[in-house]
Amino acid sequence: MWHNLAQLARYRGLIQSLVARELKARYRGSVLGFFWSFVNPLLLLLVYTFVFTYILPARFVYPDGKTPIDHYALFLFCGLLPWTWFSSSLLEASGALISGGNLIKKVLFPAEVLPIVSVLANMVHFFLGLLILVAFLVAYRHVPDLGGLLWFPIAVVIQLVFTLALALILSALTVHFRDIRDLLANLLTFWFFATPIVYPYFLDSVATFRWLFDFNPFFHLAASYQEILYFAGPVGHARWLVALGVASVVLFVFAYWVFDRLRDSFAEAV
Amino acid sequence: MSATGTRAPAIELVDVSKAYRRYGGRHFATLKSALLQRSILRDLRPSEILPALKNVSFAVPSGSTLGVIGRNGSGKSTTLKLVAGITKPTSGRVTVRGRISALIELGAGFHPEISGRENIYINGIMLGLTKREVQKRFDEIVEFAELREFIDAPVKTYSSGMYMRLGFSVAIHVDPEVLLVDEVLAVGDEGFTHKCLDKFGEFKRRGKTILLVTHSLGLVERFCDDAVWLDGGEKRAQGDPKRVVGAYITDVERQEEQFLAASDARTQHDAVTGERRPAGPVDAGDSAADMSRAAEGRWGSGGVEITDVGLQNDQGQTTHVFHTGEALTVRLQVRADRPTRDFVFGIAIFNPEGVCVYGTNTDIEEHQGDTLEGTAEVRLVIEALDLVEGTYKLDVAVHKRDGAPYDYHRLLYTFRVKSRLKDVGIYRPRHHWEFSGGVSFRKTL
Repeated sequence: MWHNLAQLARYRGLIQSLVARELKARYRGSVLGFFWSFVNPLLLLLVYTFVFTYILPARFVYPDGKTPIDHYALFLFCGLLPWTWFSSSLLEASGALISGGNLIKKVLFPAEVLPIVSVLANMVHFFLGLLILVAFLVAYRHVPDLGGLLWFPIAVVIQLVFTLALALILSALTVHFRDIRDLLANLLTFWFFATPIVYPYFLDSVATFRWLFDFNPFFHLAASYQEILYFAGPVGHARWLVALGVASVVLFVFAYWVFDRLRDSFAEAV
Repeated sequence: MSATGTRAPAIELVDVSKAYRRYGGRHFATLKSALLQRSILRDLRPSEILPALKNVSFAVPSGSTLGVIGRNGSGKSTTLKLVAGITKPTSGRVTVRGRISALIELGAGFHPEISGRENIYINGIMLGLTKREVQKRFDEIVEFAELREFIDAPVKTYSSGMYMRLGFSVAIHVDPEVLLVDEVLAVGDEGFTHKCLDKFGEFKRRGKTILLVTHSLGLVERFCDDAVWLDGGEKRAQGDPKRVVGAYITDVERQEEQFLAASDARTQHDAVTGERRPAGPVDAGDSAADMSRAAEGRWGSGGVEITDVGLQNDQGQTTHVFHTGEALTVRLQVRADRPTRDFVFGIAIFNPEGVCVYGTNTDIEEHQGDTLEGTAEVRLVIEALDLVEGTYKLDVAVHKRDGAPYDYHRLLYTFRVKSRLKDVGIYRPRHHWEFSGGVSFRKTL
């Protein structure tokens, strides 16, 4: 297993070109092409801004009970962008081995490359969406705390490891149990609303569930992003984030072990 | 071969077995039911083991070419996948020394939406090249695939031939030390096939090791230094390609013989047990077109009966498989219930399209029937069966001179003509070619 893991570094070039291919192929044939990667989050942000400003004015307030959370769409986006990266990665990765079955069956090909490519391709979309978010944050004079920004790359890396771990397990198991894909889609919807993304975690109405949030790994990520990018002030969530980082590494090793154990069954089962 | 005998073999299989697991019933089971019935552990255990290879051992010395032959399902492709490292053996050891390129599924990694150019890069990298190495060989790859003007078009617009050529070209330019080839010479047109063969020849000269899996026996004989014959997952023979191919062909014919005998027995049985049609107005003058419409069957008024029909070859063996140009004897056992003076024996050969290849009877050939009583044997001896390869069926009949049948066997007997040549048509006249003047031919590879 460790040997295979070390081998993975040799496939950097392959992963790189497959990610590039994935991104190119996605917009091939469309007029705006790669530009869609910007346009999509931009349009989404505009829609949310419109809806939550005029139709359903969101009136969340800070824990002090007085200061309202302004620019709700921006707050939403701080959690939504990482969530989109996370959920699309898992959905794609769960089908990655099956749709890449030709490669696994016919070419000597390290299967783990496929789920990894799914996660990385979605990470690129995340970064592009992030540019839009930053542009809006700046436009609305919502400049985040610079010291807190140092935590941003750490949060991204932790999310990357965490997502990769889940992607590996899901892709390997889906080969044997195809229904994981449908199950996953529903589970992710539930998970999305169970995570404080559309509402702030200090909302009064969820106070009774506060203790449950701590068991939700994505809560720590979402809250960290919100604290880093949106709420001014020091990052109060750092300790949890580091704990999640350690747990993610352990999870990743476990995931890779599971994947490696099932590896030989892929060529026959996909 | 002998020159390289001292070096470690490039490919070595030692006592290799491979069993595919079939997970019985799991195909329609779901995770939910697996969890509910607590059968998840049981379901993950195979219910059935399908052995694809059984204790196969062989070695390919570095620089030599090995041909693997065998019927469909004999384990050829499994062998190739094991050598390629795509699957692991259930037991035994597979060792390969040197960079492998597998021409198994050409263009397996192509993405239809992106251009041929980008696909060459990605496919090359997948096959183990670096980006720079692909760059260096790029022009050569495009040139070989004959796709210069289409290289920037998305691969989905390619014809299947273009697709295969590009896949082949990339795979062969990986510059492997060990090349695995699975029946890929069916790629593209005649011209491209020749180019591929030339490329293989070049590989051979440059001392590369080639493992070739193919149904093209001629290719194995011409091209390989050594041949392995797999049968039902076991190694039946290994050695000189001519000898192995010969043994294989003999075996195939034996199997074919059994198959034809069994299916003939079945149709004959059906014809006898089925409803026996009354003597129809089938006169000998019926055109071949009319005949071809009739299905197999047996009818007639009785009185004279054909009790047995046998086909024999030169050596007097009863068989269903003949070679072009061999002799064929049709033996009819006949029994007449009462003496008769009005009788004609007839035989016709049909090809699979229902064309009457040849038909004759004793009346046409001016054998005047005089007496027929008790049992008799009638033989039609064809000295040379000059037919092209194919499956043929026989009509045999005994009937009155006016055509009213006593016993008519319609298409109940099958025989197969085998030929090493792929000539076309039905009839193969005895012939040879003669050349003079400014014409010469290459020696075949």
